[in-house]
Amino acid sequence: MRKINININKKLFYAFLTLLALIYLIPLYMALVTSLKNPADINLLTSWALPKHINFGGFTQAFSLLKTDVSNSLILAFSATIISAFVGSINGYVFSKNKFKGSETIFTLLLFGMFIPYQIILIPLFQLLKTIGLYGSLTGLILAHVIYGIPIVTLIFRNFYDQISNSIMESGRLDGAGYFGLYFRLILPLSIPGFVVVGIWQFTQIWNEFLWGITLTRKSANPITVGLAQLAGGQAVSWNIPMAGALMAAVPVLIIYIFLGKYFIKGLLSGSVKE
Amino acid sequence: MPATISRIHKRDTIKSVLIVIPSIILIGIFVYGFIGNTIYTSLTDWGTKAGLALHPVKHFIGLSNYKSLFTGFIHGRFRQDLVNMVFYSIFLLTGTLLLGFFLAVLLDRSVKYEGFFRTVFLYPMSLSFIVTGTIWRWLLAPSGGVNLIPKLFGLPKSNFLWISNRQAVLIFNWQNIITILLVPFALIMIYLLIRNILKRNRNKVITYSILSLLSFLYIFVLKNILPPILPFKELHGFKLATIGIIIAAIWQYSGYTMALYLAGLRGLPASIREASKIDGATEFQYYIKIAIPNIRPITLSAVIILSHISLKMFDLIYAMAGADNINTGHPSINMYLTTFRANQFAMGAAMAVILFIIAALFIIPYMLHSHRERQGK
Repeated sequence: MRKINININKKLFYAFLTLLALIYLIPLYMALVTSLKNPADINLLTSWALPKHINFGGFTQAFSLLKTDVSNSLILAFSATIISAFVGSINGYVFSKNKFKGSETIFTLLLFGMFIPYQIILIPLFQLLKTIGLYGSLTGLILAHVIYGIPIVTLIFRNFYDQISNSIMESGRLDGAGYFGLYFRLILPLSIPGFVVVGIWQFTQIWNEFLWGITLTRKSANPITVGLAQLAGGQAVSWNIPMAGALMAAVPVLIIYIFLGKYFIKGLLSGSVKE
Repeated sequence: MPATISRIHKRDTIKSVLIVIPSIILIGIFVYGFIGNTIYTSLTDWGTKAGLALHPVKHFIGLSNYKSLFTGFIHGRFRQDLVNMVFYSIFLLTGTLLLGFFLAVLLDRSVKYEGFFRTVFLYPMSLSFIVTGTIWRWLLAPSGGVNLIPKLFGLPKSNFLWISNRQAVLIFNWQNIITILLVPFALIMIYLLIRNILKRNRNKVITYSILSLLSFLYIFVLKNILPPILPFKELHGFKLATIGIIIAAIWQYSGYTMALYLAGLRGLPASIREASKIDGATEFQYYIKIAIPNIRPITLSAVIILSHISLKMFDLIYAMAGADNINTGHPSINMYLTTFRANQFAMGAAMAVILFIIAALFIIPYMLHSHRERQGK
């Protein structure tokens, strides 16, 4: 009798969990079915229904409207991520393995930059970029992402290097390796998981960023988020196009997340749980 | 021998300093310098005339931008934005913490296909607010999407206006804002006062009694003597148009708290759980009485990160309701409009400073706390 009860409970439990999962998937479903519909078939009353005919027109149109934005975002995310990963690695090496007097305080002061609402630096940033002629360009945006990325990448690498035991460093020193020898020959080869975590974290953050994109770039340098917001904000567009655009903007990060989710969660935890 | 070691050590320290100096300078300028610059700008009248001019006219005008934001006739929208921000933050925090903890508890047992469920609950947070906002805007359109769900159960379709709703509840008069803020403050002070009386902590008893006396002095006496902060009645409240945005934000970030809590629950030693079982505690009691207190550091960091995210609601509101929707406004949106559309840089800077101060109230104690923990290690 008890066993049957447990079975029923188990079934109810899984049914409930599946229902929850379905609820979480609703927006994805909605974007998918709407993006594949004919503009003429898109009607709020039948918004839940599957498309009668599959029409990829939304995707081709969205792509032709957003292709500069997509390539801007790819350039932006790749270059800013690579630069800030190396900055983070060498900084993390100092703050974890070569602490000096006052380094903890400096580290805390650096970290502060990660928690500020970016509105507080937006006006001088805008002014500075205008003065040095980088306002409106992709370079200016890359610069902003690299600089304001310093705190988080330093934090992630520091936490990562804290887990590498100091005895490795000692034996390296006994073998005669110097400061940079230790870094390049010992630490850097061990850093690949750290680079993956930082790379994924920075890439998704930069790919998804919107505020700087809309305030610091001109049309020709708009990232995908800005292009999508403008596409969806226009009144006359039929809804299959912005939905297709939304999925296009979602695909790179979703792929990263689904295949490298483990590292994504690591980045997420190291950004918040400080061991 | 020791001499050479210390010389090597000294040289290494110099190298370390040289490596981090560029970062220090950059953060020094781009974070601290810029914060100072924005604070200064907020004390000027930059933008009242030709704000984008090459050499804009700026005069130092003290706190008058702040004064007009809190008490000026034309800035009623900013005050409603502040009220909205409080509700956005409270609901986002409680919603994601509760739902995230609930999901973590569900998955904190040997669940088949756990990886699949975890992925499904967490995928929204990998997306941009602009992506999810675009989709949710369609889901919350007045005559479709979510409003059609009751029809699945044979009920008439809902006509709730999500984003374009103009109604508000919990309405209050801005003239009473100080009282409204002081009442909970006074109650907390009294609670702390009683606790410290019982603990016989004399210094704290004095501080808390002064603070609670002062708040009562204002609530019962000063409020009636001082002139009202606004010369006219101005109503604010919880705008129903924000509910849809709050739901979307909770949907997006509950998976994040789930992941944090799941990591925390898994990190608790199995022996605690066994011991509580042997003591006859039910599973419910285990989570409430043992797990929650033990994962408090996680709740703390989740609160900090989420309050930071709630300041980033800018993107989500922009995508779901547009920047010009008065009912769903947020100070960050207003700051954007004031600065980059109206070119009123000084007023925009004042709004940014207000946002910053609110954020700093949470961040600085947290950072000091974790700094001390790192030092102690």
